[in-house]
Amino acid sequence: MPVRYNASMAVAIQCRDLRKTYDGKVEAVRGLNLEVQAGECFGLLGPNGAGKTTTIEILEGLLAPTSGQVSILGHTWETHSRELREWLGISLQETRLSEKLSVLETVELFASFYHRPRPAREVLEQLQLTEKADAWVGKLSGGQKQRLAVATALVGNPKVLFLDEPTTGLDPQSRRQLWDIVREFQGRGGTILLTTHYMDEAERLCDRLAIVDHGQIIAEGSPAELIARLGGHHVVEFAASNLEGKAPEAWSQLPGVESVRHEDGLFSLSVREPHLTIPALLDAVEQQGSQLMHLTTRQASLEDVFVRLTGRHLREE
Amino acid sequence: MTNAPSVSPQPSQGQVSGLVNPRWAGFWQLLLARMRELKREPEVIFWVFVFPLLLALGLGIAFRNKPADATSIAVVAGPGADSTLTLLAKAPQHGTVHAKVLAKEEALKAFRLGKVDLVVEPDGRGGYQYHYDPARPESVLSRTQVNDALQSGAGRLDLLPVSFVVSSEPGSRYIDFLIPGLLGMNLMNAAMWGIGFALVDMRQRKLLKRFVATPMRRSDFLLAILSSRLLLMLVEVGLMLGFGVLIFHMRVLGSVLTILLIGVLGALTFGGLGLLTASRAQKIETISGLINLVMMPMWIFSGVFFSYERFPVAIHPFIQLLPLTALNDALRATILEGAPLAAQSGRILVMLVWGGVSFLLAMRWFRWT
Ligand SMILES: Nc1ncnc2c1ncn2[C@@H]1O[C@H](COP(=O)(O)OP(=O)(O)OP(=O)(O)O)[C@@H](O)[C@H]1O
Ligand SMILES: [Mg+2]
Repeated sequence: MPVRYNASMAVAIQCRDLRKTYDGKVEAVRGLNLEVQAGECFGLLGPNGAGKTTTIEILEGLLAPTSGQVSILGHTWETHSRELREWLGISLQETRLSEKLSVLETVELFASFYHRPRPAREVLEQLQLTEKADAWVGKLSGGQKQRLAVATALVGNPKVLFLDEPTTGLDPQSRRQLWDIVREFQGRGGTILLTTHYMDEAERLCDRLAIVDHGQIIAEGSPAELIARLGGHHVVEFAASNLEGKAPEAWSQLPGVESVRHEDGLFSLSVREPHLTIPALLDAVEQQGSQLMHLTTRQASLEDVFVRLTGRHLREE
Repeated sequence: MTNAPSVSPQPSQGQVSGLVNPRWAGFWQLLLARMRELKREPEVIFWVFVFPLLLALGLGIAFRNKPADATSIAVVAGPGADSTLTLLAKAPQHGTVHAKVLAKEEALKAFRLGKVDLVVEPDGRGGYQYHYDPARPESVLSRTQVNDALQSGAGRLDLLPVSFVVSSEPGSRYIDFLIPGLLGMNLMNAAMWGIGFALVDMRQRKLLKRFVATPMRRSDFLLAILSSRLLLMLVEVGLMLGFGVLIFHMRVLGSVLTILLIGVLGALTFGGLGLLTASRAQKIETISGLINLVMMPMWIFSGVFFSYERFPVAIHPFIQLLPLTALNDALRATILEGAPLAAQSGRILVMLVWGGVSFLLAMRWFRWT
């Protein structure tokens, strides 16, 4: 019986209690549950070593999980790998395509693997690589290489696109170009699962995301929901002299403060209403007899969510 | 800020291209890509095609057959030196002995350095002392030759009438021995590097993983790699034999078809070995070491540059079980003696077993990621 993809299936990617232990030692993924709806752009956000690549490669059927179930477009890898391969477009975290093939040759090569591919030139056009069609892959810039990687994923006319850190190491302009490509794919009804450790990317591109740390999802939702869950929508950061003796908790007494963090002499307050908190803060500092050395307020970001949840930053520079 | 979730998800990108790939599209594209890559890699062209020819040229010139019976000797200066030269000149063999007079010291030094094959020292009373080295064939030959020349120059008569027929035909020279050996070695090198190394390189670049993330048939991929090897094999055989025939006037006695069949078998045998060597290695450093480890014994034992007959007879059966020995022997028998395939079943079996077993093991162990 031929297997058909049914557009009414709402869930495109699903996994339950996914676990992966490398060599019996390294627990890269520990009980991960995911559900990505068709037509959604879903992000896995997490620091280095969080288990993003391991998770996405298990979903892509390239890595066997130690335990857990995976179902893509309603099918499992064990029973329908051939069909699934036709339906998925994949870009791995690090693939070095053959340097001595041209861009067009590379895309045509990948196109030849699919039953009904898109015309290679059309995909190059879409990814703005037409000019480079005859250039050798080895001569491309980082951003062009990354777009070529996505081109090889799109040429099979996939229903689901898996992108593992598609923009890592790219300049802002190249990153924006890639975002446009992802949005265009989504706009035509495609489903996307991508990993990133750029919070701005996750915020702007993803409908929903899961924050992954130590192989587990520690928070999940739309970017706005996640930020809202932090408590405040704003962050007030300040530094003042002679405050060493004062416990960070003292600041949480101020009006509108949801939580307090202290790091390198800088206090960060998650705040619901900055216009109430800031005057009170200024008074409190003055009462301490200390002087304000620094004060900023900004919108809360996913970075704040991550720091709040883990006590660490996403990017450990 | 974020995208509105799409209202009605479409199954795919929508536009129907109408493009449908035939069954073998992937295979052809893989083969085409492989050939393009090889063509664009100058190092590959050099090592696979040019280097073996240069090696043949160099060795062919260095070991070209000198007239074997011409010998250089030194006569120790002294009272009897001149009469020695006179005697040699009178002898019927005089053209084949190049003699020069040197002081004893110098003469012995020239002998030690291999510049002369023999030192003749007149004792001044009409007799001679020969300095020769029994371990040097040309020295032993020279002693006999010079002795004959001196004796007959002095008037010795041979008692039996003899006559000579000169037979020095292509087919028995070192270059004739060398070229099939180089061809065999080249087929081994090219297969081990062209398949073993190339696969590990692709694995290290995560390209193999990227390929298996598509609907590509894995068998198509391996078939394309082996096919590209066979195509290159045709060129290698043609170049090497053409070179031997044109430059060294080598004679190819066997049929071209038989030679090509043996070439195919050799390429596939070492293709299988290359595949097996590459089945697990993750890094190109590892595979380089492994390939050299596998090939080293065959470079030494399999009779590429010299016949394995020089090794003790006791180990000949083991040497003959090496795939390169089988390939080289088969190529030599066909090219130099015109032996048909049917006469070489043992060698063919050796290659088939090596190739087949390697291939089966490789299929079990091969890692795409
Ligand atoms: N093949 C492997 N063998 C053993 N351990 C591995 C292997 N691959 C990954 N790991 C380990 O598993 C953990 C998760 O790795 P993974 O590559 O999934 O993280 P990631 O979130 O993709 O990180 P990054 O942002 O750096 O790409 C890490 O601790 C890593 O060292
Ligand atoms: Mg990763």
